[in-house]
This record gives sequence, structure tokens and C-alpha cells, in this order.
Amino acid sequence: MNIIKVYGSGCANCKKLEALCNEAVQELSLNASIEKVTDIQEIVKTGILSTPGLEINGRMVSSGKVPTKETLIHWIKENIN
Amino acid sequence: MKNKFLLPVLLLPIWLIVYIYLEAATNYLVFNLLGLEKKIRLTETVRFFLFEVPKVLLLLTLIVFVVGIIRTYFSPERTRKILGGKSLFTGNILASMLGIVTPFCSCSAIPLFLGFVQAGVPLGVTFSFLIAAPMINEIAVVLLFGLFGWKTALIYVTTGLAIAIFAGCVIGKLKLEKYVEDWVRNMTAANLEYQEEKIPFSNRINSGFDAVHEIVGKVWIYIVIGIAVGAGIHGYVPENFMVGLMGKSAWWSVPVSVLIGVPMYSNAAGIIPIVQALLEKGASLGTVLAFMMSVIGLSLPETIILKKVLKLPLILTFVGVVATGIIIVGYLFNLIY
Repeated sequence: MNIIKVYGSGCANCKKLEALCNEAVQELSLNASIEKVTDIQEIVKTGILSTPGLEINGRMVSSGKVPTKETLIHWIKENIN
Repeated sequence: MKNKFLLPVLLLPIWLIVYIYLEAATNYLVFNLLGLEKKIRLTETVRFFLFEVPKVLLLLTLIVFVVGIIRTYFSPERTRKILGGKSLFTGNILASMLGIVTPFCSCSAIPLFLGFVQAGVPLGVTFSFLIAAPMINEIAVVLLFGLFGWKTALIYVTTGLAIAIFAGCVIGKLKLEKYVEDWVRNMTAANLEYQEEKIPFSNRINSGFDAVHEIVGKVWIYIVIGIAVGAGIHGYVPENFMVGLMGKSAWWSVPVSVLIGVPMYSNAAGIIPIVQALLEKGASLGTVLAFMMSVIGLSLPETIILKKVLKLPLILTFVGVVATGIIIVGYLFNLIY
């Protein structure tokens, strides 16, 4: 089971990234759960300074931007078990 | 790969030609093709609109592209590393300047604030950053340059920096750390390791195009509406109409402009064309500048977001100090010009 976490307090870009993750996971027919972390203290603990943050299986791969779907799929492939 | 370098190189001459011949083309369109009569109000309004919209959009596209590339060299993480442990004043100056080039969106204000404070960036220095970042943005600078000329744009940037430095220093000197919410101060130190990413230059060019797509795609409609309203004022509002209301002699106009401007939340794109038209009708530069800065620099939504991490006295001080700075700038320019 792969775990993808989207960190963000609910801004437009965070929602966009979450939706994009859903699409990517479906396209790859991947066994993964996508979690949305909205708690400010949890977000700050990760050390990121701009939202949305994207964590795949415990590794923070990006913050502060919404990647293209191709880039996102590339990141997911790089970090899945 | 090669195409990515080629595209901007090809587009730049086209951009230049369009920009240089824009006024002549607009005149030809208005007077020859549309056959509008010279020197009547409707013609002036139409000409103003047809010339200013493409001009501002051209400038915006170019600047957003360049800024988009520059911003790939600065990340909030890197800025934090630079600012950590900097003394007051030096830190404030640095923070204000980094506020211009570091990519920042107001929805990230909280994680950014917390991350800075956690890393030992002094409170006053953090505020300098938070004031400069929204106030001096590329959209405001482009519009000021396009509609008012380079002098006003430069004045805006310089005074904006001065206010960010001044307000940050005051907040730092007042020792307001106790008004940061308790849980923030008790936060456990986060993992502050930061790895510099190696980004190939072709990706940076891509970031430039992405920025154009995102920013110009979002604000063009406000620019069109703003210039349309401005064009209407330009053509139909009588000369000297604003002298009594926003002119130099009306001493109360500066603070009133700030009072109206602070709760107003409009992006620079919509407000500046309107303000430019008012200036033409007798409003004074200082008053107009003060109004613009309070609309762009101090926004209610951002202040409400900050309430999650700051106690009320600190928020009020923040708004108060910045508003005072803006009022001083307003009077100063009314005095000089």
C-alpha cells in the first residue's frame, strides 16, 4: 500500500493537487491511499514553507507548486514500492 | 530541448515590433478604419482603451516571464536560510528585498510565518518579508510602469521597500514576541534540512512560460475591466473633478484614502488603471499612492489568516504601523510634487 499525502490548508492549489493525485493514481491503477493534511501544526512539522506540499511514501517531493500530470506520474513512479 | 531556448529568442523581436508600432496601429484603427471623429469624448475613450489594454498585456507578459525565471533561483526555503540569525535592520533590508523575488502566495502566509519564526528569523525581519512580498509584486510594477511611467514605478518600489523595512524594524524594536500564539512558541523544531535543487535552465524557461500562463491567464480580465473603467473616466469625467476630493489641498484625503483602502481587497490589476484615470483628473500623486498601497499591501483576508498564529495586539500593531508608514509616504509625495 502506497501513501500519498497532500499538505495544505485548503487553498485552490491544494485542491487542484489532490484532484491531480487522484487522477494519476487511477491512471497508473496504483494501490495507494491519498490523504489530505489540513492541520497547520502538522504542515509546519514537515518543514515546508509553502503549500501545497506533496509527500509520497514518507518522502517530501515538492512544495508550493502544482506539477503537470506527467511530472506527478514521474514522481509517483520514482517513489513507489 | 533546443526549441525551449529558441522560442523566447524568436518571440522577443515580434514582441518588440508589436510594442513599438502599437500606438500607430491603434490610431490607424480608430481614425481610419473605424472612422471616428478626432477630439471627441467617445473617440478618446475608445482610443485609450484600445491602446492601453494590449500595451499593458504585452508588458505584463514579458515581465511575468522574466520574473518567473528569476523566481526559480529563489525559494522560500532558501530565503529562510539566508535570513536565519540576521540582526535587526540588516535583516529587515534583506528580508524586504527578498520579499520581491521569492515566490509567495498569501495562502502560504501561515506556514511561511511559522517556518521563519521556527528557524530563528527575528519577528521584525519576518514582518518585513510579509509586508514587501504582496506590496511590491510584478503586476503592480508593470501597471505603474505602463500607465504612469518609470518614475512612478520606481517611486512605488522604493517607498514600498522603505515601508517594509521601517515597519519591520518598529515591530522588532517593540519586542512583541509574547503576542505570538503560545503553541507557535512551543513548537518543536522542525527538520530544517534543505537541499538545493539543481534545475536545468530549460526548466527555468518552462517556469517562465508557466508563470505567464497562470498569472496573465488569471488577471487579464481585471486589467480589461480596470482599463475600461479608466477609459470611461478618461473620456467623460471633467478635468479637475478630483481636485476637491483627492487633491493636495484636501489635507484629510491621505488618511481617508488609507482608511478606505485597507478593507478593500482588489488585486493591483483592477485598481491601478482606475487610479491612473483619477490622477489625470486632479487627484494628487501622494494621495493616489497611499490609496494604492493600502489596497494592495494591507488586505483583510491575509490579516484574518494571520489571526491563527498572532494575538490581536500584534495584528493591530502590524496594521497600524504599516498604515502609518503609508500615510507618511502619502503626505511626503503631496509635499514634493
